[in-house]
Amino acid sequence: MSAALSVEGLTTSLRIDGVWRDAVRDVSFELARGETLALVGESGCGKSLTAMTVMGLLPAGVGRLSAGRIVIDGVETSGLAEAQLEKVRGDAIGMIFQEPMTSLNPVLTVGFQIAESLIQHRGLSRRQARERARELMELVRIPAAAQRLDSYPHQFSGGMRQRVMIALAIACEPKVLIADEPTTALDVTVQAQVLDLLGSLQRDKGLGVLLITHNLGVVATNAQRVMVMYGGDVVESGEVGAFFANPRHPYSRALLAAMPRVDRPTADLSPIPGQVPTLADMPEGCRFQSRCPLREEACARRPPLTPLRDDPRHLTRCVVTAREAS
Amino acid sequence: MIAYLAKRLLLAAPTLLAVLTLVFVLVRIVPGDPAFVILGDQATPQALAELRGRLGLDQPLWRQYAAFMSDVLTGDFGRSLVTNRPVMTDVLAVLPYTIELTIASLIIGVVFGVPLGVWAARSRDGFADWVARIVSLAGLSFPAFVSGIMMLIAFAIHFRWFPVISKGVPLTDPVERLRSLALPALNLGLIMVAYLTRVTRSGMLKAMSEDYVRTARAKGMPTTIVIWRHGFRNVLIPIVTVIGLYLGVLIGNSVLTEIVFNRPGLGKLIIGALEKRDYTMLQGLMVIYAFIIVVVNLLTDLAYGLVDPRVKTT
Ligand SMILES: Nc1ncnc2c1ncn2[C@@H]1O[C@H](COP(=O)(O)OP(=O)(O)OP(=O)(O)O)[C@@H](O)[C@H]1O
Ligand SMILES: [Mg+2]
Repeated sequence: MSAALSVEGLTTSLRIDGVWRDAVRDVSFELARGETLALVGESGCGKSLTAMTVMGLLPAGVGRLSAGRIVIDGVETSGLAEAQLEKVRGDAIGMIFQEPMTSLNPVLTVGFQIAESLIQHRGLSRRQARERARELMELVRIPAAAQRLDSYPHQFSGGMRQRVMIALAIACEPKVLIADEPTTALDVTVQAQVLDLLGSLQRDKGLGVLLITHNLGVVATNAQRVMVMYGGDVVESGEVGAFFANPRHPYSRALLAAMPRVDRPTADLSPIPGQVPTLADMPEGCRFQSRCPLREEACARRPPLTPLRDDPRHLTRCVVTAREAS
Repeated sequence: MIAYLAKRLLLAAPTLLAVLTLVFVLVRIVPGDPAFVILGDQATPQALAELRGRLGLDQPLWRQYAAFMSDVLTGDFGRSLVTNRPVMTDVLAVLPYTIELTIASLIIGVVFGVPLGVWAARSRDGFADWVARIVSLAGLSFPAFVSGIMMLIAFAIHFRWFPVISKGVPLTDPVERLRSLALPALNLGLIMVAYLTRVTRSGMLKAMSEDYVRTARAKGMPTTIVIWRHGFRNVLIPIVTVIGLYLGVLIGNSVLTEIVFNRPGLGKLIIGALEKRDYTMLQGLMVIYAFIIVVVNLLTDLAYGLVDPRVKTT
């Protein structure tokens, strides 16, 4: 069975002040059915941009896919015309966005917003789609679903809106779901409920989930594999267990060290010194070198993403730590 | 919805009352007094006293106010000082012309302005955007009498497609009536086109960059549906606002248009009343205008209830 989503050498360029610069470079990964792959990294490293590229939602004239192949449920979507892409989006792949408060249309009923893609992709009649929307609202555990079909988004709380977003994204039973920080805007208890919900949908429907998050705790409990991005590069990827036990890239280590933990005093909290360089003054070679404690001469050339000898599924883009591992 | 309507009506009542009081006060604080203003400084004391008696100006103020209010509320605005016909009769005779002109220019504004605004937003800085900019600049900067005269010269005198003078076409001749309406409505409609193009363009640019439009695209909705159902539906809210606001402006602007095209209407009635110092007529017209504005506001509120579910209509 083919992967739910496979991405090869994806490179996204942004036009900034009239110059095209690579904001995401050479990203490759496969997402199996039923698997959760977490994508982490600090703000601005290109997580959402990667997601938008996979969805084919880059803003025209500002962003473009400059290299790479994207295959969604066996269909290559890179290079497809907009009209063809529309048939895949919302059908084979769905997406949940970071901002539940603004991602729903304020003048359309939630029932219709959920039903809309079923009418579009599945040719359901309005009545059938409405009935299915009610079932989906029950599935995402919105109480009194039947009465709330005709409610508008402003009548829902943030957590309930995010549930509507989930219902809307999975309406056509996609093979891939991209969840871009689905819980950041929500309070902690609602966060847990929403993640639980995603987990159970995933088990029931064999959904492949690309989970974008800032929260390493969420990664540890919800994902099987993790991919760390820095400045548009994937700098490390591996199984969640191996990653947390033995992070290889200096950036991942810094990220883990900066994470608050209950078993350590907060005085140990070490934020990563320095800032991500802007796209215009990204260094040649390793993009993390300006902030890296292990920096050496070889870092001036771009390091390849190297599999570790003892665990070939664990890769790091660092000449120093790759050497130390073997 | 019915309850909402009733509530709005109740809210409109004090506004109307306040405006009526204002009209009453305005007319009475004219320097000298209305009788003096009407007859001028050559008038004999007898003539002044006689007119004051006829207008009830010799009564105590509270009695004048009570009489004014009860008259106005029963639809009696007195008689014109010039023609001696009831003010209401003269107003009702020209009201249909003003209403048809306003509605026709509103329709022209919506039919041309809204699609032009959407189109302009779609091709930002492209050809359509340029067309939209020129149209809205022209509509906002040409005084109505200049564009009106230009239209008359081109379409009525040179090409002879439309009559030069549209005075007094009866309601029973719809074809002629439409022909005589075309140029004035176009002239006045140009202003509405300008306002609506602007608000639609900026509204669409904003809406299309909203997160919910991204959601609609992520669902795979075709571009036309994204534009109209998801983007444009939200722009209806500012469009209603602009229509509500500028309908009043439109009625005011109709004065120039009515003069240029020599069309009967409220605007011409006002000019005539001003020239001849027909003070009862002016007072009546002010009340009618206030009433029209209140009705327009009421309709605007109702329209809000239709286009924006966040407005509580219960
Ligand atoms: N529309 C755009 N125009 C210009 N630059 C953009 C645009 N979208 C993203 N960028 C830039 O691309 C880079 C990657 O942004 P992206 O949104 O992917 O970050 P992210 O990893 O999702 O961050 P966050 O965790 O804050 O969501 C950033 O430097 C950002 O400034
Ligand atoms: Mg993001």
